[in-house]
Amino acid sequence: MQTELVDAERVFLFDRMIQMGQTEEDKLLNEVTGKSYEFGFTTDIESDTIAPGLNEDVIREISAKKNEPEWMLEWRLQAFKVWSKMAEPKWAHLQYPKPDLQAISYYSAPKKKKELKSLDEVDPELRKTMEKLGISLEEQKRLSGVAVDFVMDSVSVATSFKEKLGDLGVIFCSLSEAVQEHPELVKKYIGTVVPQKDNYYAALNSAVFTDGSFCYIPKGVRCPMELSTYFRINEAGTGQFERTLLIADEGSYVSYLEGCTAPQRDENQLHAAVVEIVSLDDAEVKYSTVQNWYPGDENGMGGVYNFVTKRGICHHRSKISWTQVETGSAVTWKYPSCILKGDDSIGEFFSVAVTNNMQQADTGTKMIHLGKRSRSTIISKGISAGNSQNSYRGLVKIHPGATNARNFSVCDSLLMSSNCGAHTFPYIEASNPTAKIEHEATTSKIGEDQIFYCQQRGIDEEEAIGLIVKGYAKEVLNKLPMEFAVEAQKLLTISLEGSVG
Amino acid sequence: MLKIKNLHAQVGDTKILNGLDLEVGPGEVHAIMGPNGSGKSTLASVLSGREDYEVTDGSVDFDGVDLLDMDASDRAREGLFLAFQYPVEIPGVSNMNFMKAAINGKRAHAGLDPIKGNDFLQKVKECASLVELDGRLRDRSVNEGFSGGEKKRNEIFQMAMLEPKLAVLDETDSGLDIDALRVVSQGVNAMRNSDRSFMVITHYQRLLDHIVPDFVHVLSEGKIVKSGGKELALELEEKGYDWI
Repeated sequence: MQTELVDAERVFLFDRMIQMGQTEEDKLLNEVTGKSYEFGFTTDIESDTIAPGLNEDVIREISAKKNEPEWMLEWRLQAFKVWSKMAEPKWAHLQYPKPDLQAISYYSAPKKKKELKSLDEVDPELRKTMEKLGISLEEQKRLSGVAVDFVMDSVSVATSFKEKLGDLGVIFCSLSEAVQEHPELVKKYIGTVVPQKDNYYAALNSAVFTDGSFCYIPKGVRCPMELSTYFRINEAGTGQFERTLLIADEGSYVSYLEGCTAPQRDENQLHAAVVEIVSLDDAEVKYSTVQNWYPGDENGMGGVYNFVTKRGICHHRSKISWTQVETGSAVTWKYPSCILKGDDSIGEFFSVAVTNNMQQADTGTKMIHLGKRSRSTIISKGISAGNSQNSYRGLVKIHPGATNARNFSVCDSLLMSSNCGAHTFPYIEASNPTAKIEHEATTSKIGEDQIFYCQQRGIDEEEAIGLIVKGYAKEVLNKLPMEFAVEAQKLLTISLEGSVG
Repeated sequence: MLKIKNLHAQVGDTKILNGLDLEVGPGEVHAIMGPNGSGKSTLASVLSGREDYEVTDGSVDFDGVDLLDMDASDRAREGLFLAFQYPVEIPGVSNMNFMKAAINGKRAHAGLDPIKGNDFLQKVKECASLVELDGRLRDRSVNEGFSGGEKKRNEIFQMAMLEPKLAVLDETDSGLDIDALRVVSQGVNAMRNSDRSFMVITHYQRLLDHIVPDFVHVLSEGKIVKSGGKELALELEEKGYDWI
């Protein structure tokens, strides 16, 4: 416990140093920490951080630090221009102080010491952090067949199983690397699903994104392992702007896992990520997320702001399936969506969103039906506890050309206390008379009778709540890959500890 | 096994139990009868530790421990089982996972390791056959979509799995047809032994034809007003409760 405090303090000091300009003492401190790192002792990872604030120069600096080609910089600047004219959206059922975007540092990368070829070369500090978060590499190794691209503060520092994937022609790397190594793919697809002007935070991300993951599955290849990325936010006051681009070429298949967790902080941290998925003809993409960022304390202090734009486009006969378990963040604003452009394309959204204490979540999905016989399924399970507010917001839109499109939606809400709120905002726009749309919604309060029944069998209250909630969310949890399902179940139980009232 | 002394309990401001005394020895089967509103189900709820019920006076000694001092799950782990009159449904929680959690809760309480998979399955097989519970029901969610009879059979199945010291059956016969009544009774009778006690709460004599009690008590206005042998139940059936 004590060491953790010291670590946090040191990070804080380190940040101050950068802001105030380095004194002699600072230089000395830097040298010392740098030295002990050389000897392999665990210390803070040195960060390369740009001073807070946002303007064209900052964007040029980010781009220069990443040694980006001219077209990438132009793309960023264009996004910045668009963003400068936009206003923050207010329609969500959320209340929070507007983040001061000029107080954020837009680039923070752990300094690379050398190229890493195996997991053994990963910085001990990083590994310690991961172990604390319960995602040790040892564990990951045991979970056979998982290639991990670990992202810490925006820059990938370890990539595994790369060679095996390389043999199949699968590209799985950081987006920065892809910009260097596969510019033609990045240039062709970036911004095609989530354009720069899409929304306020997507535009911001387009201007300042520092890193993220890139994945390309070649024609007809069935990716043999679950691809996995762990995100975490490290430096206090550093907004994280991840950008993920996933392309499944014709007839390919990939299952992608994304999980993230952040350490406790007193100030709000902004996370405005963008995920773009392109699923070409006959391809299938399964994208699973377990999100457990710091939600703030019981009074709502601290916690991550999670304003994310996730969208995929399905071409003919292709399929995108979003599965998410959301337990973290102080404020969540997130709608993984599918544009069902191709005929016979399929979009799916399975979600469990838990809010406790003062957490607020406004989450759901959009299914945009353009192709003939396109089908979509939405299963959303909200769980609200404490004083939290949990909203489902979904849009099912059937365009005139989408003959015989079908949608089936279920939105259930479970209330754990008398002070929390559950809200459902389903929007349906059907412009084709052949569309078939079904929508079911229920709201229930966790039954004291159910809890007592469990207790009478010798199951204590906490475990009983865990069992009941897991049962409630089972339909969604079953959609997760095995190793994720276990983690997700643990998370649900932890998130709801002491929450019945 | 169970010593209830001068038990007073209420829900809100309504007094329901008014100085109830009862002793149940090891291996004994006690039937608790009485008219509606006499406090039969309240007794079951108070013993099992339901929170809505406030005990205002009296004591309950359960095999040497103070029952009223424990929360509901610890009472269960100490060996108290309640077969519910209206078992609840728990959607999405399989009967098997539920039983495993229950058994392991009890084992942890006794300082034992979690039950081994094979032992558990073997036990499930034995107990399920006791009440003719087929695989389909075993594998479904707890009580979800079960008929009234299936729910009651599931209660007895759970009782067999948990091997309690004392089982309280709260109107287990209500809503049962004659075949289900026979199956449920068979299960209970198979569980009878010299260490295990039963408290059978019922309205009707007919259950006691199948589960023959050692003692019969009549509850009225929250107190036991008459006790006797199994003949007492027959007498009640004939003359009604007004006679007492």
